[in-house]
Amino acid sequence: MAGFFTSRLFFVSLALVIVAATLPLYVSGYVLGLLTVAFYFGVFAMAWDLLFGFAGEVNFGPTFLIGVGAYTAGILNAQFGWSVYLCIVLGALASVIAGLVLALPALRVRGPYFGLTTLVAVLMLQNFIVVFADLTGGEIGLTIPDVITINAGANYWIALGFMTISAAILYGLSQSPVGLVLQASGQDPVQAGALGFNIVKHKLAAFIVSAFFSGLSGALLVFYFGTASVGTVVDVAVGVNVIVSAVLGGRRTVLGAALGAIFLIVAGEFLRPTGELATFIVSAVALLVVLFFPGGFLGAALSREARS
Amino acid sequence: MRAFQILIDGFAISALYALGATGFTLIFGVSGVLNLSHGAIMVAAAVAAWAAASILGVGTYAGALIGVGVALLMAFATYFAVVKPIQDSRRIPNEEKEIFVLTGTLLWGIMIQELIAYFFTNNAKTVLPIVEGVVEILGVRTPQNEIFTAIVCCLVIALLWLLVNRTRTGKAVLAASMNPRGVTLLGLELTNIYVVVWAIYGILAGIAGVLLGMFLGVSSYSVGPLTASAFSIVVLGGLGSVSGSLIAAFVVGYLETLTAYLVSPAYRTIPALLLLVFVMYIRPQGLLGRR
Repeated sequence: MAGFFTSRLFFVSLALVIVAATLPLYVSGYVLGLLTVAFYFGVFAMAWDLLFGFAGEVNFGPTFLIGVGAYTAGILNAQFGWSVYLCIVLGALASVIAGLVLALPALRVRGPYFGLTTLVAVLMLQNFIVVFADLTGGEIGLTIPDVITINAGANYWIALGFMTISAAILYGLSQSPVGLVLQASGQDPVQAGALGFNIVKHKLAAFIVSAFFSGLSGALLVFYFGTASVGTVVDVAVGVNVIVSAVLGGRRTVLGAALGAIFLIVAGEFLRPTGELATFIVSAVALLVVLFFPGGFLGAALSREARS
Repeated sequence: MRAFQILIDGFAISALYALGATGFTLIFGVSGVLNLSHGAIMVAAAVAAWAAASILGVGTYAGALIGVGVALLMAFATYFAVVKPIQDSRRIPNEEKEIFVLTGTLLWGIMIQELIAYFFTNNAKTVLPIVEGVVEILGVRTPQNEIFTAIVCCLVIALLWLLVNRTRTGKAVLAASMNPRGVTLLGLELTNIYVVVWAIYGILAGIAGVLLGMFLGVSSYSVGPLTASAFSIVVLGGLGSVSGSLIAAFVVGYLETLTAYLVSPAYRTIPALLLLVFVMYIRPQGLLGRR
């Protein structure tokens, strides 16, 4: 851990954050808005990477955790008029509870079976939202009366600060003894258990942490957008983007996941002039990275540094 | 009257689901690959059949054949361009290959979907049916196309059963699903068996796609739901178990039809999902799955 503060990765990250923090002084509100969304997505991807890269649990439904947090916060604000900050905290809490529910099958089944359960969880949530349209706004989405602030620069700083703090906590956790135990139990649960580590406890903790950050980020995103809809926080396609971000940036690196998410969103925007082909190009690039650089951006960079 | 209608409609839907899910589960059983571009391949087949019949005007039979041919090509492309490179890669650790195959096929599926949307728009397309007209069965007016769909599905599944259980190639495929290492020790090339399985898969997905295009119509939006429904049927039946998938297809097909007729079409998919969650909790390996 101590080595990290003198490593090149630390200085590069620090420099990137400092440069990013000064952006509102000279770029347009449009770019800031784009990056704000990208930063929240970065937290989604990092939270997913903690579960997959370290606990070894393939969660196909990151949007189950995100959606529960986002919709809880949105509904409490829109239907009951509770204050924004209370709603955000309660959204994160609801997400933690959802994470515990999701963790139950994970402690019984492994591999593809767990992945499928999580996918079904997303489909259930999606149906639930459509069926209880009076409460949730259904397919049209839920309009949320309050926002944190309407200032683009302030929103950007909140998102950047939130992502930086989340990254520090998640990365620190992943490099801590707890993270190492998690990694061991993800790779070989029997042996890790035989060494005397309580795997169930560690995995539950990973789910809770992942759910907490997903839900918190989802709730913040909802109050940035001013609306919550299936298409933005629950749809399987959103979850796919989160997974692709993490794999693209480099799984098991935490920080890479955030880079991947920012790349994915910014690239999608740059390709907008190509019209309908934008998604095709992004998917094709992602597929090429998966095939030829399976370590992802950060994985490739780190292994080069380790070699030299 | 309504009971008969549910019985007949449910049968056609279930048979179609069964055909779509069989290829999917076969690939998983033999090579451990969950192919998330499944829906995209089915839609590609249907759109190719539609384009050949409606734009080029080659006739319904030739159109259907072209559709199945396109699905076969797509299946090979999926195997050789996406799945095989990942399986052979030395840079991806073995325990992570599963997630890489999933991510890779998913991206591949999105690429196919986007290309279809780009060249043929997002509009729904209905493939010209091979047989037309309506007949009355037990007092229910049924399109002949629906009967045709059900018959073809059952025939193809029966042929598949014969192929797997009665031919040498089929037995090799079966053996590979039980013990890949044992098969290689007997001197059979595993890659050849995989190519055969992907060919079977391509044909099955192609037929299912073309029939779906005639029966309900498809658009590039159906890619996700199609993959998801094949997925849930296969999980319900037990990953890799073909007979389990057949039973599950009928359970899901009838549950959906019952809900659509008796409750509301809007809630169509919910009971099947609830059943799926319930099965996952009490019997995670599915109805007939092996651990």
